[in-house]
Amino acid sequence: MSENITVLIVDDDLDALEYEQIILEQAGYKVARAESRAEAEEWIAGGKPDIALVDLMMETPDAGFVLCHHIKKKYPATPIIMLTCVESETGIEFDAATREERSWVKADALLKKPVRQEQLLREMTRLLNP
Amino acid sequence: METLKLLIVDDEPGMRMGAIRTLKDFRFRVRQADAEVALLLDQAESGEEGLEKIASDAPDILLLDHKLPGISGMQVLERLPKTGREILTIVITAYASIDTAIKATKEGAYDFLSKPFTPSELKYAVEKAAAHIVLTRRAQHLAEERKRIRFDFIRVLGHELKAPLSSVENYVSLLQNKTLGSNLADYEKVVQRSALRLEQMRKLIVDLLDMTKIESGNRPREITLCDLREIAERAIEGVEQQAAAKQVCLELHAPPVLPFSADRSDCEMIINNLVSNAVKYNKDGGRVDITLNLDNSTARITVSDTGIGIAQDDTAKLFNEFVRIKNEHTRNILGSGLGLSIVKRLVQLYDGEVSVNSEPGAGSTFSLTLKSEPQVQA
Repeated sequence: MSENITVLIVDDDLDALEYEQIILEQAGYKVARAESRAEAEEWIAGGKPDIALVDLMMETPDAGFVLCHHIKKKYPATPIIMLTCVESETGIEFDAATREERSWVKADALLKKPVRQEQLLREMTRLLNP
Repeated sequence: METLKLLIVDDEPGMRMGAIRTLKDFRFRVRQADAEVALLLDQAESGEEGLEKIASDAPDILLLDHKLPGISGMQVLERLPKTGREILTIVITAYASIDTAIKATKEGAYDFLSKPFTPSELKYAVEKAAAHIVLTRRAQHLAEERKRIRFDFIRVLGHELKAPLSSVENYVSLLQNKTLGSNLADYEKVVQRSALRLEQMRKLIVDLLDMTKIESGNRPREITLCDLREIAERAIEGVEQQAAAKQVCLELHAPPVLPFSADRSDCEMIINNLVSNAVKYNKDGGRVDITLNLDNSTARITVSDTGIGIAQDDTAKLFNEFVRIKNEHTRNILGSGLGLSIVKRLVQLYDGEVSVNSEPGAGSTFSLTLKSEPQVQA
């Protein structure tokens, strides 16, 4: 049933993209890769992802946040999973625990890197079948 | 200009007036700290009043009479706040008794003045205390700054080590879960990328150790007559495979022998780093020109490439630690971010200079000078 679902994956780490792509394709998803916020913006200008996996720190420390805003503005129904591993390095620490934080972080789920295969797939299924 | 607060506690009005008159416009230099010091004066006529003033606004220097009508100077010393900024106390004694001196020192007095004293004796004692304060604070500030730099370094290092580690962990989990099935051939890319990331990690650790060795200063250095040409030839050999894969052509422009008095491994690290960067950041089919010459006791090394180049804004930070310019051209190039920072540190050891001239898309030229080290006769 995941056959015709397109996942946009955005990360500036090639290996993170590679890993996510392998897992998602094995699970039957179609994958579109973007290596930067700019590349992802370009992609969404021409196509609609069914779900997006977005890394936080790319060109700028908050590139992922900005991208999430843009995706949600254009496709409000597209669920977004944000992947982060930055708390300890950038001091940006957040959790979608409070209403205020949820309204600010335009992601439907936050996962910490490294993310386990089954965890990622479970979260995807949950968001795609509300 | 630094202003230090000085409180005079003495029951004799004449003493207080005299001290204030002497110190009011007293300005002096703490030469070792290159600081100009002025004093902000206050006075109290009893130990009780003194302690109140200290509690509300602690002075830096306390000029304290030993013999006071209410609580004694010794009791004031005992009751000084033991936490927070240190207060340097100069105890004024009527008779320079050894007994008083020992007791006061035990309570933490910094210095003594025995009555009667001249204005210049007072100035001298205050100047000495002020210098102590200024220098101690400078040292503390420096230690904190060092701690902060160290902490930042470790934080970034942690990140740089975690990134390849996470990638390899991810890839291993794919193998563990047989995500791509049981055919090992299907994992070729996964294994190849893992190996590459591990190699990057090893390079980072090796560079880090090199840097630590240079920084510690107790690395054994052996100053001998090294042939820079030969070192450059070896560096070229070292990158041959990488260069061939990208069809990068390397050319060495140097006299047949170039004897230079230095530590061989220093020169190797410098030249290897620059040559390897010139290949790594080059375009397919590009070229690298390495030019060496010797002018009296100064060696000039220039490594020019026809690579991706560096934007003007980025060149300034290029020699800092962990700076890897991130853009679409560098994404697939692995590096530790320490190579150029090592080069800079080494060049400084030889009283030299390193600079870069670059044009994005056209290439970069790294130039450096090294002054030869005197050879130690065995």
